[in-house]
Amino acid sequence: MVEFSAIYVLWLREMKKFLRAKERIIGSVAMPFMFLTFLGFGFNKMEIPGLNSGLSYIHFLVPGMIGMNMLFSSMFSGISVLWDREFGFLKEIMIAPVSRVSIALGRIFGGSTTGIIQGIVFFAASFLLGFSLAPQFGLFRAVFGFLLMLIFMFLISVTFNALGLSFASNMRDAQGFELIINFVMFPLFFLSGAVAPIANLPPFIQVISYLNPLTYGVDGIRGALIRSSMFPIWFDLLLSSFFALILIGLASFFFERSEGV
Amino acid sequence: MNSIEIKDLVKKFNRDVVAVDGISFEVKKGECFGLLGPNGAGKTTTLNILSTLLQPTSGSAFVAGFDVTKDKANVRRNIGMVFQEPALDSRLTGRENLEFHAMMYGVDAKTRKERIDYFLSLVELSEKAEVLVRNYSGGMKRRLEIARGLIQKPKVLFLDEPTLGLDSQTRRLIWDYIRKLTHESDISIILTTHYMEEADYLCDRIAIIDHGKIVALDTPENLKRAAGEATLEEVFLKYVGTSIRNIEVREKEW
Ligand SMILES: Nc1ncnc2c1ncn2[C@@H]1O[C@H](COP(=O)(O)OP(=O)(O)O)[C@@H](O)[C@H]1O
Ligand SMILES: [Mg+2]
Repeated sequence: MVEFSAIYVLWLREMKKFLRAKERIIGSVAMPFMFLTFLGFGFNKMEIPGLNSGLSYIHFLVPGMIGMNMLFSSMFSGISVLWDREFGFLKEIMIAPVSRVSIALGRIFGGSTTGIIQGIVFFAASFLLGFSLAPQFGLFRAVFGFLLMLIFMFLISVTFNALGLSFASNMRDAQGFELIINFVMFPLFFLSGAVAPIANLPPFIQVISYLNPLTYGVDGIRGALIRSSMFPIWFDLLLSSFFALILIGLASFFFERSEGV
Repeated sequence: MNSIEIKDLVKKFNRDVVAVDGISFEVKKGECFGLLGPNGAGKTTTLNILSTLLQPTSGSAFVAGFDVTKDKANVRRNIGMVFQEPALDSRLTGRENLEFHAMMYGVDAKTRKERIDYFLSLVELSEKAEVLVRNYSGGMKRRLEIARGLIQKPKVLFLDEPTLGLDSQTRRLIWDYIRKLTHESDISIILTTHYMEEADYLCDRIAIIDHGKIVALDTPENLKRAAGEATLEEVFLKYVGTSIRNIEVREKEW
């Protein structure tokens, strides 16, 4: 059973707090922007097999950095549960007469929205560093590509917000959480094809990449923005949606099991 | 009809810490019931079980007619709670905290506005409603939490040490709200405290609890009469064996 007013109010709370901490937006965009600058200028001559003509490494890299931005902000937003526990507010949430699934969904959607806002800020900023959409795009395809990117941003965010929430539900302190999240996050990032094509990886590592939800999100965003992807967009959409649903289920399960005090 | 029925309730932590050791009591509709005991007696644990936050190890507990382990949703719909430690979102304003709460309890928009305004004025926070809670004093937070616990019009209200750490003036104020509440509505209240005066002043009946067990249960008058003592302070000394102040000091030394 799902209560929409509860999901909405949990989401609203996240929005209000996000807009009151503007430095968070800057901070979260700064890291992928730095990556982009160093990698982009450092490897600008790198050959990406299969890349459309007129595109360079930075075009390949920006979708990967958008994925990174989504991944990092999403995984860490699970920490809000631990802060709520620390400050006692989790009890207020847990005795409310709403299903635990609604609470998990409210948190996941709240965290996803803030992630998407940060992703859009980053996307806009990347044009300053020489990014552009595929040159053959008309206005219609460009707008369509942007909307597709938003959908992939949403799916990536939901997936990793849910993963973050799953971890947070099984933990009690924020420091331990950060440790674990870093430990999980970096392999997910590097094995997603965000910075270099998966085809360049050793075959047995490629297998892990194909099990990584982020792979399909990043590939989908590439398809949407520069029309150069490993898989057809519908396939990326399908798998990203599949992972999002599985992880929502997992997060709800763990959250339901966790104690309120 | 009883608002709360508890039978042989036990809660153990990590197998060996027995926080609640087989307590039983009933709270009647409209009654204010006090759980009086020193730090670590098991008061908060009992309230956490009654409010569905903790699973009891054994025994049974019914709140507003619903089983706290089997029918959590219905229990939650009928209770209000003021926690011992602040449980507010300090980065939201006072009003936003109440709005969040009212929406979680499914109060519709019009009623929400009316009730929030009413309860804010009841606890004398109307002027501070748009201020972030992080700028509230301890007493203001407590008053806001009491207002919050009432917004959904609960049948049963849990107050966990509602005046702990407050100055005597604010304590008086909070006592007055609680009194008003018990006189003007048929809400049932369980209040925990380790202040004798508080239990004496507010409660219809008091259970003295120590080491997870109820050692005495009666009206304040009867407790005093049966023990032949003039004050609850002395009654407590008689049943528990040490004065409640000593216990506090001892805890601090640890
Ligand atoms: N989560 C917990 N884990 C282990 N022990 C706990 C936990 N919560 C409470 N206790 C122990 O249970 C006992 C009762 O605590 P509590 O109910 O908070 O007492 P009170 O509210 O009367 O001060 C104490 O000995 C306390 O240390
Ligand atoms: Mg307590």
